[in-house]
Amino acid sequence: MIPALGLLIGLAAGLLLHPAVPLALQPYLPIAVIAALDAVFGGVRAVLDGIFSDKVFVVSFLSNVLVAAFIVFLGDQLGVGSQLSTGVVVVLGIRIFSNVASIRRHLFRA
Amino acid sequence: MSQPDSPPTPSAGRRLMSMARPRATKANALAALLAILLGFAVATQVRQNQSLGLESLRQSDLVTILDDTTAKSSRLDQNARELQAIKDQLVSGSASGAAVLNAAQERLDALAILAGTARAHGPGIRMTISDPAGKVPASQLLDAIQELRDAGAEAIQVNNIRIVASSHFSQGASGIEIDGRRVTQPYTIAAIGDPATMATAMGIPDGLSENVRTLGATIDIAQEQELTVGALHPLTEPRYARPVPQSAPTTP
Repeated sequence: MIPALGLLIGLAAGLLLHPAVPLALQPYLPIAVIAALDAVFGGVRAVLDGIFSDKVFVVSFLSNVLVAAFIVFLGDQLGVGSQLSTGVVVVLGIRIFSNVASIRRHLFRA
Repeated sequence: MSQPDSPPTPSAGRRLMSMARPRATKANALAALLAILLGFAVATQVRQNQSLGLESLRQSDLVTILDDTTAKSSRLDQNARELQAIKDQLVSGSASGAAVLNAAQERLDALAILAGTARAHGPGIRMTISDPAGKVPASQLLDAIQELRDAGAEAIQVNNIRIVASSHFSQGASGIEIDGRRVTQPYTIAAIGDPATMATAMGIPDGLSENVRTLGATIDIAQEQELTVGALHPLTEPRYARPVPQSAPTTP
């Protein structure tokens, strides 16, 4: 409940404050957001599976974000930044879809 | 990774509700903080993406845009050159127009002074002939005018009569008449021109001064740096003569 409220608060703050993304962070923010979303959906699914742990959630969230950003950084350094970004997004997208499918089965039994 | 085949849990809703209960653990607070960060990042990224310019476009789109821009730029360049040419034309046109106007004005001034329809001022001489005995004839006065013209006089008046090309001198019963108007004594002749030249011309041996003195009159010549010929000659419309148009051939 509190994290859900936090999400709403963050959204509102982002919409109201109009923050400018620093140039150095611009390539990493979208990937980091996707990775964080993956962590969030994974957390919801873990709740429904009955194996949720706050600690695991926080650690997976942070590691997801950092690893995603690191992969994009590495890709940029190797000159395959856009391709690697696409790969990360595809992988995270698949994970999100499967997590959502699992959540759906739990909630709607379908 | 996902486990799509995990069996549905009957107490899923309840479990979700139990998790939604606020719990004051450190990890939960951290999760909330992360959630805030995530929301913030999502909103920021969405906003950033909406205001994003060209960097989010594909290469082919960029090439198309570049082509468009180049074509537009060359078109605008062409436009600017044409407008610049028109501007130059207009500027030079107005300049030459002003020059023509100036030339016409100068011509008009010269003609007005010649025709006696404009007052004139400048350096010149003022000549006063006193002839109490009335011995000086009109021809002598005409000679004086001719001498002055020879000496370069550009505007002449006798008393208050402007001397022009058509001025005529006659010997009336009571004295000299110019253009049919009586000229009273003393005759005061104002002539604009080079003062020294005209004064010399008046004083040459057997010239005007000598002749006038011979006739028993006195003549006084004063050179002046600023003299005004204020008398005007009434302009009369020619009854018969008409100007020939510039473009028409001149008959020999």
